[in-house]
Order: sequence, then C-alpha cells, then structure tokens
Amino acid sequence: MTSTQSATVVVPGELERGRPLSVDELRWRGDWIRIRVIELIASAGLGHYSSSFSCAELFAGLYYRALRLRPSEPDWADRDRFLLGKGHSATALWPILADLDFFPAAWLDDFGKVAAKINDHPNMKVAPGIDFSSGALGHNLSVGVGMAIGARIQRRDFRTVVVTGDGELQEGQVWEAIMAGSHYHLGNLVAIVDANGFSGGGATSAAMNIEPLADRFTAFGWSVVEIDGHDPQAVLDTFDAFPDPASDKPTCVIARTVKGKGLRMTEQAPQAWHLGHMTDEQQTDAVREIKARMA
Amino acid sequence: MTETQSPPDEKMVDVFSDQQPPVDAARNPIGWELARLADTDPRIVALSADLSSGLQLLRERHPQRYVELGIAETNAVSVAAGLATTGLLPYIMSMGPFGAIKCAEQLRTDVGYTGLPVRFMGRLSGLAMGFFGPSHQAIEDIAIARAIADLTVVSAADSAATLGLMRSTFDLPGPVFFRVTEHAGKVYDAPQQFEFGKWVRVRDGADLTIIATGAAVGVSVSAAELLAEAGIQAAVLDAVYLKPVDEEAVVDAATAGPVLTVEEHMPIGGVGSIVAEILGGRGIVTRLGRVAISDEAIEAGVPEELLEYYGLTPAAVARRARDLL
Repeated sequence: MTSTQSATVVVPGELERGRPLSVDELRWRGDWIRIRVIELIASAGLGHYSSSFSCAELFAGLYYRALRLRPSEPDWADRDRFLLGKGHSATALWPILADLDFFPAAWLDDFGKVAAKINDHPNMKVAPGIDFSSGALGHNLSVGVGMAIGARIQRRDFRTVVVTGDGELQEGQVWEAIMAGSHYHLGNLVAIVDANGFSGGGATSAAMNIEPLADRFTAFGWSVVEIDGHDPQAVLDTFDAFPDPASDKPTCVIARTVKGKGLRMTEQAPQAWHLGHMTDEQQTDAVREIKARMA
Repeated sequence: MTETQSPPDEKMVDVFSDQQPPVDAARNPIGWELARLADTDPRIVALSADLSSGLQLLRERHPQRYVELGIAETNAVSVAAGLATTGLLPYIMSMGPFGAIKCAEQLRTDVGYTGLPVRFMGRLSGLAMGFFGPSHQAIEDIAIARAIADLTVVSAADSAATLGLMRSTFDLPGPVFFRVTEHAGKVYDAPQQFEFGKWVRVRDGADLTIIATGAAVGVSVSAAELLAEAGIQAAVLDAVYLKPVDEEAVVDAATAGPVLTVEEHMPIGGVGSIVAEILGGRGIVTRLGRVAISDEAIEAGVPEELLEYYGLTPAAVARRARDLL
C-alpha cells in the first residue's frame, strides 16, 4: 500500500475515533435519541417514528464513538463520511448533530417547516454535518463508493460509512455499488444495514425476498458481520473492529433490528407508526416510558 | 502535445472501430483534452460505464484517474457525485440513452440538486448509433437534461466545438451535461471560446434563420449553401447552450423573419420547443418550422440512412426552409 495522509494532529474540539463511550452510555444515548425524535415530530406534525427508532443505537455508536469528525469544520477533508441511505431516518440524526455543535440547537425548532435547514430528509447544501443529501433509496451506497475511491486517489485515510435500510437493498443500484466496492478493494467503506424487516409497504421479504443477506454480501466479496443492532456491547465491539481504511475488503454490518424499537406502542404496530403523528397524550406516555429506563 | 487542425471532412473517432483510435485533438477531443488536463490538474478523473474508447492516453499517463465501472450506468453517476464531494472533478463517459435517459434520476437528484461539479459526457447522442436500433438512440435526452434545475446543458456541433465547450465550461462550479454527436461533420475550423449561454452565428443571412444544434448544425450550413444557390439567404445559429438558452438570439432571429429549427431529437423538448417557449413567452409571432425526428417508434439504420429517412439532410432541410417563405 502506498503511504496515506492521516490526521495525526488532533485539534481542539475534534471528535476522534474510539472516544470513550461505555455500554450504559450508548444505551442511554439511544433512548435520548428516541425522545428527541418524538419531540421533533411533535413540532413538525408528521414524521417517521419506527424507522428512526430502529437505528438509534447504531447512530449513537457512530457519532459518539466511531466517526472521526470536526463539528467546527464540517468540510474538513479528512473527516470520516456518513451517508444515510434511508434518508427518512434523518429525524434521528438532527438531535445528534445539534448536540455535537454542528449547528445551533435553535434550528431544531424549525424542523419540518418550509425552507428549514433541517427536514424529514437531509440536504447537504444547507445542513452542516450532512455529507450527502438523501431520500432516493438505493443511491447512497454508490455515492459512498465514490467517496471511498476519492479517498484512495487522494491518499486520504478517512472512512466512509453508509447506513441503508433492508428494503433499500431491493434497489438494483445498491448491488452495482456492492460489486464496485469489492472490485475496488474498498477497505475504507462500511455498509451498515438497519435490517428491521420492513419497508414502507410491509415485511421486506414478503414484498421481495432479500435473504440470505449475509451470504449475498459474502458472495459479492464483502466481509460480513451480523449483530443485534440494539445490543450496545455488540455495536461497540463491531464498530471498534472496523478494518483499517488501507485494507482491501469492504465491510457490511447486518444489524438485525426491530422497527419501532424502544417503545411498546411502536414495537407492537411498527407500520402504523412508519409515518404518523402522536397525540399529546401518546407523546407524554411515550416519553415517560422511555425515561423510566434511562435512570 | 500540439493540437492538429482537423482536415475538412474528418469526423470524430469511430468508437467501435477495431483500430486503436488516434489520439489527436481533432478526432478524439474528449480523450485528448482529459489527458492534457490531468497532466496539470490533480482533480481530473474519468469514469467509464464500459465506454473507455479514446481514453487510452489518460489511462497510460494517469491510471489512477481512470475508474471503470462496467455496464452499471446508474451506479456510475452516483459514484461520480461521491467523487466530486471529495474535491475531484469527474468526467463520466456514457453512451447514448444510457446517460441522461437511463440515469435521469441520478443526474437530477445526486448531481443537479446537489450542484456538484460533475461533467457528464453524453457520447454517441442523436442518431450516432442508429444501426443498433431504437434502444441505442438518445433522442429524448435534451428534453430530460434541460428540465433538471441548475444543470448546464451544452451541445457540440463538431469535434472542435467539443473541445471548445470542454474548455469554456471548465470553471463552472456546478454540473455540466455535454451532448456529443460523433458522426457530425466539420463546422468550426478550430476550438473556440463559447461565451456562457450564448449561441453562435455560424452563417449570416437576411431571409430566414435556421437554429440547429449538434450534428444538425453542419447539415443546416450545407442546407443554407443550397438555398443560396436558389437566391435565398439563410442565417444559421448554433444553439450551443441548451441550458441556459440565448433568449435574445431567438428574439432577434424571430423579429427578423421566419425561423426553422433543426435537431436530431424527438420533436418534444428540444431546440424546437426551446424556441417555441421563448416566442410564446415574449408574445412574438413569426413563422416557425421545426425539423426533428418524428414522434413515433424509430427505425434502425446507419446514421446516413436514418437522416435521409427523417429529413435531416441538407436537401430536406432546404426544402423545409423554402416552405417557410
């Protein structure tokens, strides 16, 4: 391998890879995300609860431990990249970016309003901390391949992480990207599948079967690990074990998750809460239920 | 390397020839220019969706800056967008309809809406691949490309114009879509600077104006020559920029007399539509004729025969021009 530039000088405010986060803290942070999602959707009047809840622990592990970032310098050339293929879960991302000071917390008040900088889907042109716009399922792993190849061409060692939905894997373009990832030996590329078993219309494999998923990724030349996406220890261990960006095989983490995880109401009726709006009473009950286990 | 002036009837490289395409500016403008740019600009990257023809000089000199993505065009467009976010300047090679038509969504959502500086080289457009049949003919691409917000759309009349447009648009901060028709005959003697959003008057004439784009420009110039023999003076405008368009050039032409548009494109959404939109918007009334491929299932045939079939020859265009007067 040729030598790569790496960010060896850590500036104040930089979030390093592998910063301290205990199992309990990760678990807590996942629930913190869920409460913030409920609050955001309350002000917007509509939102994607269930699919934001299923990736809460994954987001917590990425943003509070695994990704190398400089919130004060969102365009830092050596930052790790994060792409949200399942763009409709951006609601779970906004509270994190505000908490890490990518933008003022006051922006959250505008969520969902016309011409707001933060919305149901992420827009890279207006929201600091967003590495690529999304919404169109199936595009972002391809974009991630481009970023990973761009890193290699310029000899930078940043990592590119793409979170996709499992329904999203029905899109053919994703498999073009998966082919390209192994063809170009992109050890600096990680795909995390938030495999909550559902798409908007129903159970994923009832609509169009995507299993056996691990075998499919393996056959396409990727390293695969399968975890419980809500197990904080498994999330920490897996994210800590991402291969060196200079290595030659891309990684897929199949995170088996529960759509609507973390709230009885949404776990029992994940599809009803795919897109909706809680009443004030439902919201109060939901927050109480989540807070009860956060103590 | 020095550029060579193209001989009178030299066409661009036959991308399917068994012979190694020559690497000179005249017959291989894209490959030549990309290699030249890459020598001094570390941002240049060429992506190929199984269309690496003519890129051998770049591949030899800068192998790392050539990315082959195989017959996976939608992936290629989104990969280009990702590359652009890292500070690189990607040029995507794609063929005919497997560009703007197949990848319209990726072009719109990942490149247009994000404003990234991706350069999309729509090669073998129009009827260039006529022999392969309708599946390989890009004749709806202007309609699609110009509907995408913030996308600059340019159309090269010949080889020299291809080179000129690559240079003229090089510094644009946003995305650029190039419509290249390799079977075009010569129009320009040498690459020139094409002012942003401005059309080029390649021939003067007071009786009517022919507005054409791409390969149809050369055909229109030849038609104007035939008309001159009959005592009719036709001006010819090269609609180089299809987005943004040169509104004033349309207004001037229509104010002066009848207008005939000529394009290797379906009748909907191309140059004819551009002119009609402007005239309608400005309330200008003039006789407007539009020469285009007919709005029906298209035939297969070598370009020369198809052009004859669809009335896109100098003689047929001259006849349509006379009908307007």
